[in-house]
Amino acid sequence: MSAHVTDDVQAKLERLGKLRRDGGALRDYHAPRWNEPLIMEQSVPGERGVLVPLAEEEVASAVGDPLQYVPKTMRRAAPPDLPELSQHQALRHYLRLSQMTLGMDLGSDISEGTCTMKYSPKLHEELVRYHKHAELHPWQDETTLQGLLQIVYDCGEYLKAISGMQAITLQPGGGSHAVYTNACVMRAYFAARGELEQRDEMITTIFSHPCDAATPAVAGFKVITVMPDENGYPDLAAFKAAVSERTVGCMITNPEDTGIYNPQIDKYVEVLHEAGALAFTDQANANGIMGFARARDAGFDACHFNLHKTFSSPHGCEGPATGAYLTTGALAPYLPVPVVARTGNTYHLDYDRPESIGRVRGFLGNWMGVLRAYAWIRNLGPDGLREVAEISVLNNNYLDRLLMGVRGVSRPYAEGHRRLDQVRYSLETLKEETGVGTEDVRDRMVDFGIQSFWMSHHPWVVPEPFTPEPCETYSKADLDEWAAVVKKASDEAYADPTQVKSAPHASSSGRLAGLEAFEDPERWAFTWRAYRRKNGQAG
Amino acid sequence: MADRPFIHPYIPNAVPATKEAMLSELGLDSVEEIFAEIPDRLRFKGRLDIPEPILAERDLRRHVKGLLDRNTSCEDNLNFCGAGCWQHYVPAVVDEVVNRAEFLSAYCGGSYSDLGKYQARFEFNSQLGELLDLDGVANPIYDWGDVAGRSFRMAKRITGRNRVLAPRTMSPMRLAEARTLCQPEVMPSHVAIDLVDYEPATGRLDLADLRAKLGDDVAAVYWENPGYLGTIEDQGAEIVRLAHEAGALAIAGVDPITLGVLTAPGTLGADIACGDIQGLGMHMHAGAGCSGFIAFRDDDPVFAQECPLELYTLLHTETPGEWQVAEALPERTSYGARDQGKDWVGTASGLWTIAAAVYMTVMGPQGFRELGETCLSHSHYAAGRLADLPGVELKLSPAFFKEFVLNFDGAHKTVAEVNKGLLEHAIFGGKDLSAEFPELGQSALYCVTEYHSEANIVELATALKEVLS
Repeated sequence: MSAHVTDDVQAKLERLGKLRRDGGALRDYHAPRWNEPLIMEQSVPGERGVLVPLAEEEVASAVGDPLQYVPKTMRRAAPPDLPELSQHQALRHYLRLSQMTLGMDLGSDISEGTCTMKYSPKLHEELVRYHKHAELHPWQDETTLQGLLQIVYDCGEYLKAISGMQAITLQPGGGSHAVYTNACVMRAYFAARGELEQRDEMITTIFSHPCDAATPAVAGFKVITVMPDENGYPDLAAFKAAVSERTVGCMITNPEDTGIYNPQIDKYVEVLHEAGALAFTDQANANGIMGFARARDAGFDACHFNLHKTFSSPHGCEGPATGAYLTTGALAPYLPVPVVARTGNTYHLDYDRPESIGRVRGFLGNWMGVLRAYAWIRNLGPDGLREVAEISVLNNNYLDRLLMGVRGVSRPYAEGHRRLDQVRYSLETLKEETGVGTEDVRDRMVDFGIQSFWMSHHPWVVPEPFTPEPCETYSKADLDEWAAVVKKASDEAYADPTQVKSAPHASSSGRLAGLEAFEDPERWAFTWRAYRRKNGQAG
Repeated sequence: MADRPFIHPYIPNAVPATKEAMLSELGLDSVEEIFAEIPDRLRFKGRLDIPEPILAERDLRRHVKGLLDRNTSCEDNLNFCGAGCWQHYVPAVVDEVVNRAEFLSAYCGGSYSDLGKYQARFEFNSQLGELLDLDGVANPIYDWGDVAGRSFRMAKRITGRNRVLAPRTMSPMRLAEARTLCQPEVMPSHVAIDLVDYEPATGRLDLADLRAKLGDDVAAVYWENPGYLGTIEDQGAEIVRLAHEAGALAIAGVDPITLGVLTAPGTLGADIACGDIQGLGMHMHAGAGCSGFIAFRDDDPVFAQECPLELYTLLHTETPGEWQVAEALPERTSYGARDQGKDWVGTASGLWTIAAAVYMTVMGPQGFRELGETCLSHSHYAAGRLADLPGVELKLSPAFFKEFVLNFDGAHKTVAEVNKGLLEHAIFGGKDLSAEFPELGQSALYCVTEYHSEANIVELATALKEVLS
């Protein structure tokens, strides 16, 4: 990288790192601060939020007192102490809470790396709310669900094409749930081969999502975690050493949280296959590879996608979510029931799968996410999906260019290699030189109307980490603004750390106090009634 | 037109001038140079085998809506099927709040950017705690079957025992999910789920069988209220006593919408409660409206410490009189401890907790009471009308809340035949139980709630009469 380009970046950052009124990219922002009491504190006995239909005359006279049908021991003695509010007062409260939530639609969720905070088209919401979707019962006769089943079937075919896999289930209720499904499918595969007593170890890597370690543990496996080598790749020697006749398989991400694509990934898969084990890749976020690389082509036996990440379903304060889990034909018999199948132009739910692992979720799954993913894929087509990956990767590298010009920011590992969809940076230098760490900078971002950034999954292998992910949704101006906020915080840290150390200053609330409550059974209060009891206010 | 580049509305930087400016800052000619990180042998060189795009929003809407129009909804037809996903009325104000862009599009932002989300979550937990009469409520996850399995695993961790007793009337679907979580027998950390018989006449738990199956290896006794077959279990306090006597925990599976009129699990002495909040303001969405909760006693910290789900505590800020909410005991979860965590947590059903918070607020104690009374009245009225039909018999206890079992053996019809006939009258009949509970013969589980009117019930009775004749 030549010196004059760096000077250009510096000049650009200097310009951006000012308030907008001074020609920069920073907003003179303050979050709404309603000082809103808890809903339970606003109750006025007797007020009603909505009226419930009462039994009509004919019904009432036929059945008499409805409570006679409740056995005496099961009649509730004291009414639940729920708040009582009129409708406007209730609505206003929750609208104020919504205003004190910096949703992706409103802010810049470049901050939430590993989460792929892309735009969720509004048309999809209209379709989800349409009564021919919202008011469907899962046990309706299949003939009355043909439209939904076709959408799910076709969406499954598209996801197979994107991954190169042969079979799919859309039953898991989230990404981690799909990853758990994989652990169960691998278990069933080896049980069927009589190898389960021999094979009880699952391999993952520290830069793979925590669920890649947690869910095989729930499925009963011992988990071996491979650490990175000096270049940030999962250490191949350590990986080989971990594989044995005891190995069930691997559950790993590529690119990992670092954004580094492991160019030897097929070699890891080969090592597993030579030992008779299976390979799963966690593709919760496929924005860096969609249309450019397919899991099956690298030899993987299974993979998954989060439809609420790569495929545009909104995150909804952490759900409802959908996990798409895909496998080779060899693993297909073990998928959860039911599976959506097609005969001619008729779609049906196939339960006749004797080798299935059973169920991971009730009913059919969360197919709101499938409906949205279907609409999104149909809207983009094969070239559009590839462009999503292309622009995501370009955005990430452009942002990287700016951030690497910010004093105190570093990018560990794989020098000379470009990252794909995201980067795990370190503020270790900033911390050493100014005492300002990643949590301080995170809290300062909020003051400019930018979501506090995601630092890292635990443990922090990269010191003082932060992980932006500027997917295809964001404009060049959005990327400039984001970098400008980090630049501002860095400048403050080097000039006078007080401002950034005492952030946030423009949030919906002041800084948290009394953090001992996190760990103290006498202080923690998971409900209002517990708070009152523990503070001697029980009513 | 051909020379005008196509720019997708969701991809701003696809504009060639922007793209070129960014590439130029990077000193690159093409994004291909970045994708060189993926070795040639791993590159997908084909074109994805998916249909060409439907570009204009109007056209896409027509296409997808056209597919959805092939469905028949529970607004098109009358629906009397519940079985774990229930048609209750969703107040408009609930939809207004959950459709707010801020809530719909937020994710895992921190306390300072997302105070409103955390406060709403705490208020959900607090209100559900009031309904359940329990102090500890965790952040919900997938659905009832999932949280039943997690509750069993939680009981195993607390007691060090690895057998759970559950009622034979438990929903087979929930049981299947719980069994997946409790692992096959071959695995060393398997939790056995043994089923306790029910009284054939009433559907209540057979206490003699419970006593016989209880032992010092039992981690928990689980019962449901109302049970999957609709009946109200009135032996809750005795079940709790027997469980505790054996050193086991008592876990109640509960449909919280009943708790305006039914005794709360906490009042009965349950240590843990679990269930589904779908009825509390969620549209059915073909089952996607489900969301499973776990609640627990908080007089002993072990319940919080062994709870597998996220917990949020009320806090103050440095500003006097101001509330904040933040995650407590985060190191328990898979996010804090990876494979050493308590099960796992992940994105599941967060928006539904906000819907349920609004629902519980607008309903209030009086709304829940009235809703309970209307469900009781409607379902008993319907059961009476339907059981009057020749060949139709009401099975199990007459103590039910909104669901009841109708048997068609006397009419010499299968449930499948009955439901097919009802469908021709634009009615979705009850859930077919004949495969799940063969001992009940040709029986179906009917669900009648406050959503229905007297006219709807009469329409069902009239149609059923015709179908059976």
